[in-house]
Amino acid sequence: MASAEQSKSSLPKGKLSKAGVMSFLSAQGILIFFLLGMFVFSLFSEQFLSQSNIMTVVRQASIIGIIAVGVTVVIIGGNLDLSVGSMLSFSTVLVVDLHDKIGPTNAILMMFALTLMIGAVNGILIGFLRLNSLIVTLAMLSAIQGFVLIYSGGQNVDIADQEGTWFAFFGRGYLGGIAVPILLFGLLAILVQVVMSYTGYGRRIFAVGGNPMAAVYSGIRKNWCVFSTYLISAFCVACAALVLGSRVMGSQNNVGQGYELLVLAGIILGGTSLLGGAGSIWKTVVGVLILGFIQNGLLLMGYPYYIQWIVTWVIIILAVWLDLANKRKSLFTTHS
Amino acid sequence: MTSIKGFFRGRTSIQPIWVFVIALFIFFSLMSEYFLSFGNVTNILVQTSTIGLIALGMTLVMINGNIDLSVGAILGLAASLAVGLQEISMTLAILAALGSGILLGAINGLIVWKTGVNAFIVTLGAMLGIRGLIFLYTGEQSFYALNFAFSDFGTSTIGPFPVLAVIFLTCTLIMHLVLTRTGHGRNTFAVGGNPEASIDAGIRLGRHMMINFIIVGFFAALAGVMLASQMGAATPNLGRDYELWVITAVVLGGTKLTGGYGSIVGTLGGVLAIGILRNGMNLMQVPAFYVLVILGAILISVLIIDKKLNAPSTKEVRI
Repeated sequence: MASAEQSKSSLPKGKLSKAGVMSFLSAQGILIFFLLGMFVFSLFSEQFLSQSNIMTVVRQASIIGIIAVGVTVVIIGGNLDLSVGSMLSFSTVLVVDLHDKIGPTNAILMMFALTLMIGAVNGILIGFLRLNSLIVTLAMLSAIQGFVLIYSGGQNVDIADQEGTWFAFFGRGYLGGIAVPILLFGLLAILVQVVMSYTGYGRRIFAVGGNPMAAVYSGIRKNWCVFSTYLISAFCVACAALVLGSRVMGSQNNVGQGYELLVLAGIILGGTSLLGGAGSIWKTVVGVLILGFIQNGLLLMGYPYYIQWIVTWVIIILAVWLDLANKRKSLFTTHS
Repeated sequence: MTSIKGFFRGRTSIQPIWVFVIALFIFFSLMSEYFLSFGNVTNILVQTSTIGLIALGMTLVMINGNIDLSVGAILGLAASLAVGLQEISMTLAILAALGSGILLGAINGLIVWKTGVNAFIVTLGAMLGIRGLIFLYTGEQSFYALNFAFSDFGTSTIGPFPVLAVIFLTCTLIMHLVLTRTGHGRNTFAVGGNPEASIDAGIRLGRHMMINFIIVGFFAALAGVMLASQMGAATPNLGRDYELWVITAVVLGGTKLTGGYGSIVGTLGGVLAIGILRNGMNLMQVPAFYVLVILGAILISVLIIDKKLNAPSTKEVRI
């Protein structure tokens, strides 16, 4: 912005050094904040830093985290996905309901196939028909929720034999002492991060998100790239549904309601820009964990659960603000 | 005829959504014998007044190129305040409710202005945070209006017309005039069309955006008070998902998310389309959740039709 350029030269010196401190803080901001928060919480509660508590937090955060991994890829590609919440409801209801009807293996396969199909619909509408992703996924959010209600007839579903099925493994099981949801979250995060940073495919997604026109002129098949990001997002939602359905062994119709916004909150907190072309899975993992630790820490300190929402409000805005202030070298915008 | 044309002058053109509204109206009139009656038509207006009022403010914010996701939460807080503070005084309760909407809108606007953070992120945070404030204030309790004057207001009529419908239509007229006949309305389009040029043209961009956030906050709070008086109660979860309905209505009405284009007449069409669809399908005894699917399908078809009809503008260069 022209006005931002002007402010650079007209700033008095004192303010510039302030901006220098700011720039250090915000470059490492989210990590510093993370450690500071952990420190404060550990002062107020002895259990906070115990191994079992940390594991609990990560495990609780893993469902949002798994979805966030996929949505981060969509955002890096320059689009948004608001339909993940309804999609999670859909997949969870589907896998739980089909479990007793066609057996766990078939239920899981069927659930993955149908979830990927929804992802493909998103992808076709946004990638090939080039519609606005915000509105398309908003429409899908409502349509999928409708499908869930039609499918289940408004009834909650659950699994009859909860003890005797190996389906419990995904949500309740342990492998080498670590809970399976955490393993799945970690595995997906590492896999996607490696794909995004070390393969040509990942580079193409960054290119498409950063400058779509330049990407097309460089010979990248943009439509296919956008299409594929929605498949990745749908795949991650299906994994999250596996964990959620297996942990609860049942599902309400609207179990995923509001998840899309928590996922976005985690991604934004991590520092991935909503404009596309930048970001990383690591940042998202940190952002999601911060959300989880805020929730857990405040609960351990004895505050009711809704206080975390107010704290999240302040932190999200502060995090993005500091990042912006660092880039434009001034705390406030200059226009009146 | 010229006077009617003059009334719709400026950037307002008849949106395609009105064709759809009329088609829906005729369809349901034929399908259900109860649809086409004075009682039912005013009923639709009352049912849509909540979403409709917020959509009026949201239209301005979206023409600015911003978005407000916190309206559902503001509605919930205003409803809780309007019912919860009645023990002290009715006037105070309603003033506090409307004041909270104005204040929260101002906070959103001030943050967008001063920090330059994207409105999507600012109001996403506010949506979570304000919901927290509601739970904090209510202690997770639902409130019931003990003062009957308050719940009577929601069902009262002026002549044959329900008060809530009259309020909604009056506000629609006022906002239409503000958008098409005042400097503020002209600036709204200018800011959405090209923010940098509007700064160079001397528009106080930050203040201007803040005023629009205050307007949508006020309308959300007004809708909250009206909804609470309709129900005679307020629950902490009131207004959840309303932001999605409101944005759907505004987009159906032809307002562009990229900013710079839109109209109140279109938004009214979008609101009525949703209202008629919900009401008509209820009368035809279709389960409520089919509406969700149909609404999603309509929203996507509107986008596709819009894409086919309009040559891509310079703003969204897509290949």
